[in-house]
Amino acid sequence: MKTGMKKSITFLAKNLIRLVLLLLCASILAFLLVSLSPVDPLQVNVGQAALGSLSREQIKKLETYWGVNDPPVKRYLAWAKDFIRGDMGVSLLYRQDVSSVIGQKLAHSLLLMGSAWLISGIVGFSLGIIAGANRGSFIDRIIRGYALLTASTPAFWIALLFLLIFAVWFRIFPIGLSVPIGVEEGFITLTDRLRHAILPAAVLSITGISNIVLHTREKMIDVMESEYVLFALARGENKRSVVFRHGLRNVLIPAITLQFASIGEIFGGSVLVEQVFSYPGLGQAAVSAGLGGDIPLLMGITVISTAIVFTGNFTANLLYGIIDPRIRRGAEK
Amino acid sequence: MISLIHGRRKLALALLILSVILITVILVSGYASMNKAMETDFSRKNQAPSLKYPFGTDWLGRDMFSRTLAGLSLSIRIGIVTAAFSSVVALILGALSAILGKAVDSFITWLIDLIMGVPHILLLILISFACGKGFWGLVTGIIFTHWMSLARVLRGEIMQLKQSGYVQVAQKLGVGRLQILTRHMLPHLFPQFIVGLVLLFPHAILHEASITFLGFGLPPEQPAIGIILSESMRYLVTGSWWLAVFPGILLVMVVVMFDYIGNTLRMLLDPSTYHE
Amino acid sequence: MDKTPVLEVCNLSVSFTQYARGLRKRNLQVISDLSVKLYGNEIVAVAGASGSGKSLLAHAILGILPYNARMEGNIYYQGEPLTHERIEQLRGKEISLIPQNVSYLDPLMKTGKQVRNGINDRTAREKTRAILSHFGLDPEIENLYPFELSGGMARRVLISTAVMAESKVIIADEPTPGLHMSAAKQVMKHFREFANKGAAVLLITHDLELAVEVADRVVVFYGGLTIEEAKSSDFQDVSRLRHPYTKALWHAMPKNGFRAAEGINPYVNAKLTGCNFVNICSSAREQCSGYIPYRKMNGGFVRCIREARNDT
Repeated sequence: MKTGMKKSITFLAKNLIRLVLLLLCASILAFLLVSLSPVDPLQVNVGQAALGSLSREQIKKLETYWGVNDPPVKRYLAWAKDFIRGDMGVSLLYRQDVSSVIGQKLAHSLLLMGSAWLISGIVGFSLGIIAGANRGSFIDRIIRGYALLTASTPAFWIALLFLLIFAVWFRIFPIGLSVPIGVEEGFITLTDRLRHAILPAAVLSITGISNIVLHTREKMIDVMESEYVLFALARGENKRSVVFRHGLRNVLIPAITLQFASIGEIFGGSVLVEQVFSYPGLGQAAVSAGLGGDIPLLMGITVISTAIVFTGNFTANLLYGIIDPRIRRGAEK
Repeated sequence: MISLIHGRRKLALALLILSVILITVILVSGYASMNKAMETDFSRKNQAPSLKYPFGTDWLGRDMFSRTLAGLSLSIRIGIVTAAFSSVVALILGALSAILGKAVDSFITWLIDLIMGVPHILLLILISFACGKGFWGLVTGIIFTHWMSLARVLRGEIMQLKQSGYVQVAQKLGVGRLQILTRHMLPHLFPQFIVGLVLLFPHAILHEASITFLGFGLPPEQPAIGIILSESMRYLVTGSWWLAVFPGILLVMVVVMFDYIGNTLRMLLDPSTYHE
Repeated sequence: MDKTPVLEVCNLSVSFTQYARGLRKRNLQVISDLSVKLYGNEIVAVAGASGSGKSLLAHAILGILPYNARMEGNIYYQGEPLTHERIEQLRGKEISLIPQNVSYLDPLMKTGKQVRNGINDRTAREKTRAILSHFGLDPEIENLYPFELSGGMARRVLISTAVMAESKVIIADEPTPGLHMSAAKQVMKHFREFANKGAAVLLITHDLELAVEVADRVVVFYGGLTIEEAKSSDFQDVSRLRHPYTKALWHAMPKNGFRAAEGINPYVNAKLTGCNFVNICSSAREQCSGYIPYRKMNGGFVRCIREARNDT
């Protein structure tokens, strides 16, 4: 087996093990936390008044349904055993399999997070390059100011503003949800889905941009102050050539890491944005699960979202190894 | 070498002091107007901003200006306390990690990786849920999810300091590890610690507002900014735009000011890490 | 020599502003009142201690000083002032820099492409191959990345970039860091080739022995100031040297007794006026703390107020 191939397989295997360990620890941590909770799912979901009118058997049945009485370790192991086999349990709030709930919501979230990720990546990268290449100039100050302002603004408030401006005042976009209300499943078009996703995606892009702009700018400044840029200038390259021939390539690699690392942040933003627009994604499901004490759903979302974030970072490392010749060629030696 | 008090830096210092003053004003006046913030009066409900009620009134007739101030004051207080505790946790864990040897270091590093591996808001939801979704859940959550970066930075610094000449001499002389830490290292860590602490405030405030907005923090009776904004959602559709716009603007202002204070402190105390 | 110098530096000063803790701003004067003339067909060395700021001379000439640097004085190329617009046109073509090490090359670009400096037509490719083989480098080198080059290969690649440009002025910044004499002399052979073909070579180095060995003239740099300019042949007899510091350097050379003088090299301009050597100099007197002009003496220059006598 070629050395290169062997190294790749070791790399993949190592990361797979890391992923499994991470998910294991994350699920244990999550389970620990939810078990500590004094929240009585019955109180939250059935209500005090309703509880008062139920008979003892009915309460007992509900308690078994919500898993109140088993000891924690037993419950965790049972959950883990099922999870490995693909059974994530049943969502207490939605009364469906957790896997299908997550499946539906993940699809919506992917549309939202995916588009926001792309837009904030492309726009953020470009703005960061422009700012870094023109350090200290007027445009740099504007871009930096914009990034700082956005970083200081909570995502949900930007969402509220957008809701106010575009949905209430100008009525261009719908107020919420992911599809028009009252329309049958078969009649919902792609355009409908896109229309409902536009505002949340726009908001999510705006909040995701600030970090990318600021970090890309820093990397660009490092590049512009490097010795090889100095030499390039000394050899008669003009600034534009330096930025495009040397700058872009050298910033691209850290930028990719940054971009994939921002997945976690985008997920966090999506939780807030989905809430404002009542967009039925994973974030909104997490909030409902948390508020309502839907433990299986919470556990499922924790594991899946941790896996997504990990995959993002892993992909960044992978690409790094492929794109950076120092690693690619260094590894073959 | 010529020493000059540079004009631009003087301006920065002046703005810093101004920011601190403004924040203190908001803090104090908000605390003082707590009662006024909760007064309801149906005769003046849903009024747009005017001279008498600069931020308007809400559906219960509450004055939005005092409500906003009270809410901000609350957020600032919570932000400062949680950031302070979080920084102390960062210092302790960072120091332990750097001083107590490989095993402890590996454990704490793994812990950092684990906490950073789970999406932040999700973790806050879980912790809040664990503590019963109230005020303590909020505080605990923020404290235990913000210490990681500062801990890493301090750990790195201490590890570097460990290699320095005077520390090695002190070790050879038999000075205890704790003493070395407190007498020799802490003074050097001070600038980074303070800057890290102050820069945690804006994050803490934003996360507090976010979590409260989602419904996990303070109970609805408290005029927290998150509550104010989440309740305003219902009434935006009917046209009461002032319920969301003003509180948000002021929140952003407070966060920007804290950010400015932190970055200016960094410029003054630790110029080598400051990128202009 | 009555012809016009190819490159003339007059009273060059370079200073930096630096921010210190708190609200203080410092001004660091790294080079003061540096003057030197360069003619074609010769090698002039500027020799000074490591870290004394000599590299900034190269950056000042090429117009690549950092944004917080201030430059004063005048530079003339072929008799005309070298304005910023002019140097932007000329650098990399008529005036070239040979940098110290491989970190001055773009780490993500193949070597061949970098030697050609972006021109990829047939002539350029053939020229690159020819130049590299002249330095004993195989064509495969062109496909390597800078991190894959050994120290010696990297040095030859860096020199090749100047050969590609066929410059009239070549400024070599510390071309032989840490090399011992025999390896350094090999490298210097290439510079002698440049000079023989008509170029003016400015060699910036901390290695005085090498400078004396290889250059035609040597300018001694100490504490931010040029304190002497001598022909390299002057170094064969210490009495022909002009400045007490240069004499001390001569004595410190291994073949001349290896005697170290006291004191350490001053960090940039420890003093704003006056001679920095004053604490160590045996001929120091009161006037040494005042302004000391750079004056002609015996076919060279010196910045010292002693009479031209055979001291020490």
